[in-house]
Amino acid sequence: MHELAVTESVLEIALRHANQVNAERVTDIFLVIGRLSSIVDDSVQFYWNMIAENTICQNANLHFKRVPARLRCVDCQMEFEVQDSLSPCPRCNSFHLDVIGGEEFYVESIIVEKEGAAI
Amino acid sequence: MTSTRIPVVEKILDANDQVAQQNRAWFDRHRTFAINVMASPGAGKTTFILKTLELLSAKYRMAVIEGDTAPVTIDSDKVSALGLPVVQINTGGDCHLDAVMLHAGLQSLPLEGIDVVFIENVGNLICPAAFKLGSHRNLLVASTPEGDDKPYKYPNMYRGIDVLIINKMDLMPYLDFNMAYFQQGVEILNPGLRTFPVSAKTGEGMSAWINWLDEVIQQHRQQ
Ligand SMILES: Nc1nc2c(ncn2[C@@H]2O[C@H](COP(=O)(O)OP(=O)(O)O)[C@@H](O)[C@H]2O)c(=O)[nH]1
Ligand SMILES: [Mg+2]
Ligand SMILES: [Zn+2]
Repeated sequence: MHELAVTESVLEIALRHANQVNAERVTDIFLVIGRLSSIVDDSVQFYWNMIAENTICQNANLHFKRVPARLRCVDCQMEFEVQDSLSPCPRCNSFHLDVIGGEEFYVESIIVEKEGAAI
Repeated sequence: MTSTRIPVVEKILDANDQVAQQNRAWFDRHRTFAINVMASPGAGKTTFILKTLELLSAKYRMAVIEGDTAPVTIDSDKVSALGLPVVQINTGGDCHLDAVMLHAGLQSLPLEGIDVVFIENVGNLICPAAFKLGSHRNLLVASTPEGDDKPYKYPNMYRGIDVLIINKMDLMPYLDFNMAYFQQGVEILNPGLRTFPVSAKTGEGMSAWINWLDEVIQQHRQQ
């Protein structure tokens, strides 16, 4: 599994953005992960607790927004989502499908705390 | 203390992708065509690469980069035995090569005069799909004993490749591999994907692949 590499990358991104605004602490990190991008399981949280220690990201909560694969049936135009394995069009059973979503894999936003006035 | 939400929208593997671009530039500077060969363990990556080396050795100077999870040189030794340059990258247990590991490995592979380099990735259908290396083509070796449902189960891998080899065609009579079902899955994920059914063992189907590769390399050089 490549969760450690992924977790390190998330930490690097969060620290960089937090430092840009001189944040004192990062409390939350929002990740968007499409079903077709990369498989990332709960061990990210486990690694996170180890590697974020002694940084301003320590104890930050990771929020995973998992985006299903979105498909469009070429034969009947039906749009539908699949969470696990690929499946045919639920309306006409066609396997003639276009992938229209599910490839997201990014840090969407972070919540930081800062002394004094709003940033 | 104030709490503020900061928009980031940054791809998680951006850092890897940037190093991958550097690798690509390095290959291009040396006019070396690089192919990332992915597959599950035992699909026949090494056998397929060796066969390809054999069939193209009269025309191109080639080298191999072997990604291995452990310092076992079984695959590298087979390439060395052909008298070709080979570098082994030990991932230290990691399930894939990433761009940084390849970057390091390239330091000990002089590319001067090398026309084509094959990168044998770690046997795995999940992780290598996520980490770009900077290769000019991403190739997957599927094999018939793995079963015909793999595109459906590993969509990210099938989405990200430029060419597909279906290896171990010689075993078809003994398997219940449904080629139509397999190719239907591939077509959903990667419409029009170039696909070559072969047997790296018997050599069946290899000439179509070799002709295609030769053409792609020639086109690439003209750019
Ligand atoms: N029957 C058959 N066996 C093959 C073929 N290609 C590879 N093999 C065998 O499959 C096993 C694994 O091959 P190898 O190239 O080491 O796979 P890798 O782990 O993907 O590098 C070896 O015993 C090969 O001899 C093929 O086309 N047909
Ligand atoms: Mg091998
Ligand atoms: Zn339909």
